[in-house]
Amino acid sequence: MSTAIMAAAPKASEKHSTAPFDPRFPNQNQTKYCYQSFLDFHRCQKVKGTNYEPCNYFKRVYKSMCPNEWVDKWEGQLDAGTFAGRV
Amino acid sequence: MPTWSNLSLQDANSPLMEQLIFFHDHTMMILFMITIMVSYIMMTTMFNSYINRYLLENQTIELIWTIMPAVTLLFIAIPSLKILYLMDEINNPMLTIKAIGHQWYWSYEYSDMNNIEMESYMKPTNSLEEGDFRLLEVDNRIILPMKSTIRILVTSSDVIHSWTIPSMGIKIDGTPGRLNQGNMNINRPGLMYGQCSEICGANHSFMPIVIESVSMNQFMNWLNSN
Repeated sequence: MSTAIMAAAPKASEKHSTAPFDPRFPNQNQTKYCYQSFLDFHRCQKVKGTNYEPCNYFKRVYKSMCPNEWVDKWEGQLDAGTFAGRV
Repeated sequence: MPTWSNLSLQDANSPLMEQLIFFHDHTMMILFMITIMVSYIMMTTMFNSYINRYLLENQTIELIWTIMPAVTLLFIAIPSLKILYLMDEINNPMLTIKAIGHQWYWSYEYSDMNNIEMESYMKPTNSLEEGDFRLLEVDNRIILPMKSTIRILVTSSDVIHSWTIPSMGIKIDGTPGRLNQGNMNINRPGLMYGQCSEICGANHSFMPIVIESVSMNQFMNWLNSN
């Protein structure tokens, strides 16, 4: 990384956030937080349709929590109809 | 990071490590007191001549040497548990990064924002630059903002690895199919080094971890430039 890139000031309007603490998953093991959010997103979309904005909350959470490899695998399974979860 | 012929713990780079060092010193103090007391008692029993043939029982001294160690253990156990549970705590993280162990390198994902993925291999000895540390430098460092709460999720794609930064008091196993969470709050800018801490195969010793801690502004600029 060059220092020239670092010198420019960041834009104040940009707001970054990540998945918050979830009291359902207070432990070190966060596997279920990732999986449950992935499941919740697809359940939400199934009920509310793909254009329902609040569903995207779950998407942001699973994007933050799940390794990309897992998400790719699950999406492939969803497309192939072999996903084990109940969407 | 460790310096040459370093005997004790590395200097703390996070509040948790500061607490761990306090706890270590506190426990060592108790251990020294016990060792000195026990060796004193052993020496005196060997060399004195206070022998009493009619002494068969002594309830008082038995009571003392039962309760005294129990109280001593409490003084170690309570702060130990306190730090143990403090290390598990996560306080509204502002950033989540994922470390994924592979045979034999680490890969990192910053997917809160523009989904940065990178692989971090050890720099081979023949491509080291002046001032680099042999077997510790990597080609892609983890860039992190200092003085902010960071959640680190560790997993693995093949065998068990362990993601470790000693100067921040972090050691999290990366287990395939499981996500382990850790918490970081870096005190200062700089480089923090660590190595894989779970025997993971032939090149286990050659998959180091390097954190480059920078200010929040610089971190944001790095994010936006990626």
